[in-house]
Amino acid sequence: MNEVTVFIMGKGYRVPAGLTIMKAMEYAGYRLTRGCGCRGGYCGACATVYRLKGDYRLYADLACQTPVQDGMYIAQLPFTPAERPPYALQDLAPEGQTLLALFPELARCVACNTCTKACPQKLEVMDAVQAALRGDIRQVAELTFDCVSCGLCTMRCPAEISHHHVWQLARRLNGAYLTPRAKHVQERVQEIAARKFAVELDAFMSMDRDVLVAAYKAREIEA
Amino acid sequence: MASELDLSRDRLDAPFARRVEELSGENPYACYQCGKCSAGCPFADYMDALPNQVLRLVQLGDESALALSAPWVCASCLACAVRCPKGVDIAKTMEALRILALRKGISPAPAGIDRPYPQIALVGAYRKLTP
Amino acid sequence: MKRLAYFPGCAMKDQARPDEAGTLHALALLGYEIAEIPRWNCCGTVYSLAQDDLMRHVGPVRNLLRVQGMGEKRVLALCAMCYGTLARSARFVQEPERLARINAFLDTEEDFRGGIGVVHLLTLLRDEVGYEKLPSHVKQSLNGLKVATYYGCMLLRPREFAVDDPDRPEVMERVLEALGAVPVPFPERTECCGAYLTVGRKDIVEERVGRILRSARGGGADLVVTTCPLCQFNLTERRPPEAPPLPVLYLGQVLGWAFGADEPTIAALLVGQPTPGEPVSSGGAR
Repeated sequence: MNEVTVFIMGKGYRVPAGLTIMKAMEYAGYRLTRGCGCRGGYCGACATVYRLKGDYRLYADLACQTPVQDGMYIAQLPFTPAERPPYALQDLAPEGQTLLALFPELARCVACNTCTKACPQKLEVMDAVQAALRGDIRQVAELTFDCVSCGLCTMRCPAEISHHHVWQLARRLNGAYLTPRAKHVQERVQEIAARKFAVELDAFMSMDRDVLVAAYKAREIEA
Repeated sequence: MASELDLSRDRLDAPFARRVEELSGENPYACYQCGKCSAGCPFADYMDALPNQVLRLVQLGDESALALSAPWVCASCLACAVRCPKGVDIAKTMEALRILALRKGISPAPAGIDRPYPQIALVGAYRKLTP
Repeated sequence: MKRLAYFPGCAMKDQARPDEAGTLHALALLGYEIAEIPRWNCCGTVYSLAQDDLMRHVGPVRNLLRVQGMGEKRVLALCAMCYGTLARSARFVQEPERLARINAFLDTEEDFRGGIGVVHLLTLLRDEVGYEKLPSHVKQSLNGLKVATYYGCMLLRPREFAVDDPDRPEVMERVLEALGAVPVPFPERTECCGAYLTVGRKDIVEERVGRILRSARGGGADLVVTTCPLCQFNLTERRPPEAPPLPVLYLGQVLGWAFGADEPTIAALLVGQPTPGEPVSSGGAR
């Protein structure tokens, strides 16, 4: 078997090449109750940092998405403490200083770009911080759409910004106030309220559970 | 400030003075205490030691300069810097004292910043007042 | 059209939008094609005065690097604080050892080669456009409006980066005269407003702002003109109750209005203004 040596939390293990970091940890005997989730690169739970021999860089990635390499030094970061002040979306306006008022530490950004280098999703994180600082909420929402809240940028940030909470608020503000209302959805809701589909809905409401399940499974799904 | 000053030559060239010089790039011993910086400082009224007195403490290698409020009241307006007849940029000395204090964990920044402020104010305050 | 790289800074996209709008309107009429630099970041607003604090120069240098990437040799700033940090950092990293250290840190960017000039709107108008060119573009004269020209700190200090004589500046007065305004005597025009102390020490800033506004009013000013968004914020938001409530406008707002852009504040100020007997030329009150 083709094997590589990796160092997990400082201890060396021989593991099969081709495994992801997460699989390699389990192969080495770790039972992961934290720091693992969907195993598909979506949930952001398995933030991991590593170094390679002879390379000064500290790499950051998701353990479930990254294959092991020979000589890797690995540590997991199952959780990143981050500050999120309480807010009520309905009381906020999508204005220039809304993000800054709740997350004033945005103003501590020195544009070092360490956050961008740490992002496993390859987002332009520093650009998003800068957009947040100058109040461009729509830009923040667009730049961070694929953020999985793994916390790696937050852990590496010298300005101590809680990035993913800022992004979440920006996307909420964007969705609630800056994105055009979907007119057809509003019309359909009105039609339902006016009982335009009363016959169909009543039929579903009176269905037996088994019939309902069968109907659900047989439904037409748009490609 | 101390009521008695030890004026022996041994106090000159103190490590603290050299550290401040290194950080600020300004020679504290160039100052001959004319007081022009303090006369023109818009913030002198709010300082516990006048700019020239702060520089005197540095000349004497007196680390109590780090406990003063004066460097935190200095807004880096550079009025002193353009007026100093010896070309000492005292604003840089003040910055060195702020940085040394911040690196020792001394910070005047209020725990919670009352909000909101425009970017330009917050960025400046954080850069000058937090480590 | 003359292409000119432009660094807006945070304020121009938020509180100082009218400054940017007016300036861009005017510069287009003066033959400039303004190219906003891509992916710019905050300049840091306050220049680090320490010798070993290289990290604080990364932000400004990254912006200069974007200018280099555009193939441009200089960049325009409107905000006095952006001008100060960009110009001073550009000079700071001219020393080869510092430049090498910055480039080693910026390991995901191409190397910064230096040699990018930073120009402020005021020096552009004086040295490149020329005061004498301005009146021919004036569509609505400022009609003798009395202005207090507030320089503050960053345009004039330190001396090496001053847009004019730090003790007797006249560039803002000359520009406003060319637009039909009358600069008034204003002794506090170069005194600090308190800057970022506005965050923790409102008391100090209020006292400073009171002095500055009384000085402006003492000269008979109808309004204050500045190029610094932090000064603008302090002079309006930190005005003590007993100080005169003068409108505080950005230079770009005034310039843009004179060149035909819409600016309600100036229009309102001009209502009921007597028309001066003869056009104002130069040599305004000092």
